[in-house]
Amino acid sequence: MKKTTKQTLITLGMVLACYAVVEILMALGLVSSLMKGVLVPVCIYSLCAIGLNICVGYLGELSLGHAGFMCVGAFSGALCTKFLEGFIHNKAILFIIALFVGVCMAALFGFLIGIPVLRLNGDYLAIVTLAFGEIIKNIINNIYIAKDGSGYRFAFINSKTIELGEEGTWILNGPQGISKIPRISNFTIGIVLILIVLVISYNLVNSRTGRAIMSIRDNRIAAESIGINVTKYKMLAFVISAAIAGAGGVLYAHNLSTITATPTNFGYNMSIMILVFVVLGGMGSFRGSIIAAALLTLLPEMLRGLSDYRMLIYSIVLIAMMLFNWAPKSREWRDMMVEKFKEKRLKKEVD
Amino acid sequence: MKVMKKVLAVALMAAMVVSMTACGGAKGGSSTWKIGGIGPLTGGAALYGNAALNGAQIAVDEINEAGGINGYKIEFKAEDDQHDAEKSVNAYNSLKDWGMQALCGTVTTTPCLAVAELSAEDNIFEVTPSASNPDVVSHDNCFQVCFTDPNQGSASAKYIGEKKLASKVAVIYNSSDSYSQGVEETFVKEAANQSFEIVVETAFTDDSKTDFSTQLQQCQDAGAELVFCPFYYEVAAVILTQADQMGYKPIFFGVDGMDGILGVENFDTKLAEGVYLLTPFAADATDERTQKFVKTYQDKYGETPIQFAADGYDVIYVIKAAAEKANLKPDQTNEELCKALSQAMTQVSVDGLTGNGMTWAASGEVSKAPMAVIIKDGVYVSVE
Repeated sequence: MKKTTKQTLITLGMVLACYAVVEILMALGLVSSLMKGVLVPVCIYSLCAIGLNICVGYLGELSLGHAGFMCVGAFSGALCTKFLEGFIHNKAILFIIALFVGVCMAALFGFLIGIPVLRLNGDYLAIVTLAFGEIIKNIINNIYIAKDGSGYRFAFINSKTIELGEEGTWILNGPQGISKIPRISNFTIGIVLILIVLVISYNLVNSRTGRAIMSIRDNRIAAESIGINVTKYKMLAFVISAAIAGAGGVLYAHNLSTITATPTNFGYNMSIMILVFVVLGGMGSFRGSIIAAALLTLLPEMLRGLSDYRMLIYSIVLIAMMLFNWAPKSREWRDMMVEKFKEKRLKKEVD
Repeated sequence: MKVMKKVLAVALMAAMVVSMTACGGAKGGSSTWKIGGIGPLTGGAALYGNAALNGAQIAVDEINEAGGINGYKIEFKAEDDQHDAEKSVNAYNSLKDWGMQALCGTVTTTPCLAVAELSAEDNIFEVTPSASNPDVVSHDNCFQVCFTDPNQGSASAKYIGEKKLASKVAVIYNSSDSYSQGVEETFVKEAANQSFEIVVETAFTDDSKTDFSTQLQQCQDAGAELVFCPFYYEVAAVILTQADQMGYKPIFFGVDGMDGILGVENFDTKLAEGVYLLTPFAADATDERTQKFVKTYQDKYGETPIQFAADGYDVIYVIKAAAEKANLKPDQTNEELCKALSQAMTQVSVDGLTGNGMTWAASGEVSKAPMAVIIKDGVYVSVE
């Protein structure tokens, strides 16, 4: 078996094993409601982290706007569900359509941003995506969509132009967001999405295209000189990365019955959080991204018992983990421990 | 290195699995009432969450001292949601594991919308002290103690019109906040029927809430004598300071979010002199119930309670009234409790800190009289 295939299978197996363990525990009634509630967010953030890892780890471009793509995916997916709710009653079909729309919209926005920015060298992408995340939030907070007897009504900035009739309901009410979204997301859907995204991502990075993308990261001039179309491959990786974040957004929208575009859930803090998952898990390691996302999502909830101190402890644990994982001294120490461990085993074998 | 990684991965997985099972909650009949509270105890809206849940805690202590509800003591547990829907759902789930039978919460609107969906599914009776969006009570199990946003807006407009506070009114609101926008909408609608005229309507967003010179200049140029401020107190503190620097001195009129402005750090409370706010609670009220509550609160938490504290306090008494009306015991299942409590809610009338003779429609909205408060000499004083 090829080394890359083995790595892929290990990661997929790990996800499946986690799923099986959790499902069994749930069937036995051993999982608390708190943990059940966190399972879907774990999947959401894992997805976004995998998406961002393609962009940061493999393409080598920093994106600070992945919460923006998540936001696009969430709102377009939720709107799609709200529009189709009356016509399609099968939840699975409803979700698949919403997923398709959300992913496509996120990819489209990724493409539009990529056109001007990915032609440039340097850290421009970080700046532009940061701005994008803020802009998209403000735009969504100014869109009003309602439905009443005479059909759909749209307004931008000023909601007072919409005079709702008796039976009228708001679909997207500016800063009040979208409410009453059917709660379709569950752990199984989340895991299936992660598996699909993992297969796509591993195939991408292990293919000819993936090697082209990585060569751009390692040395752009060399890559160009052997005839690689730099802009094209950059665009490809970035759009896929945005699309995966969009999938996370769709899952997010259908998990809570209400979504609003506020700085806490789709602001740049969230973008940074996703980046933290990627950095902690290791650039270019999808498996690490998933573990880091799961760990950092579960951690604050596990620390609930400590009430106010949990914020403090969370930050300390974050710093400690970051150091343990990536500080040169700590890595040296870890390597040393492994060497010792091996020596002991060798001695035992000799004995 | 590789071995280490594997060991680490296995250890992490094991830790996760253990942590998941460790909190598997005990359920079933209990001999005490378990009431949960959810609100922002940290973050930007922490003042509200802390006030409401402290107020609730005082009510719980009082009731326990007096013998509990139907002879059973109450256990109260507060969880933090950081004013975020996702965190709020987590807080709700952790309270559910604890065995919560009724929920006092959530304090803020958006999280409440998400939690209300779950509590309706799980049949857990919910009374929110201060989530004011009308959608919050769309399920049968959820009731409000505060006014809804639309009610606050129209009541403010009526109050300004009837008392003839001003003839030219300006409105500044936060267009990225559902609460602010909801109040503003109905204020403007009702203003059309009133004697005053709205000369300026101007907005800001969460991203631009540090500089208001443009908006205030607009108000000043239009000659507005009163500025209606349907937003939270921390922003109001900035606006008052900047208006003072400009030498612009209109009447500022806020709604319940303005409550708490005297508690803002580094804010010169002299600037808040003469600010009106429409709120159902004033700490200076002379009735015995309020005075006792204010004293207990000051002794326990070292500050004067704001309206949210009174709302939280009332929630617990409302739950008590409903439970006594239906003659319930804590060993019943959540389904039974929720159904009986929801029915009893429409039959009870509660005299609370935030209103006398509060009653509820089956829709979940409260009916009580609004009240205006003015800030005089650094304290909230009710105006007749």
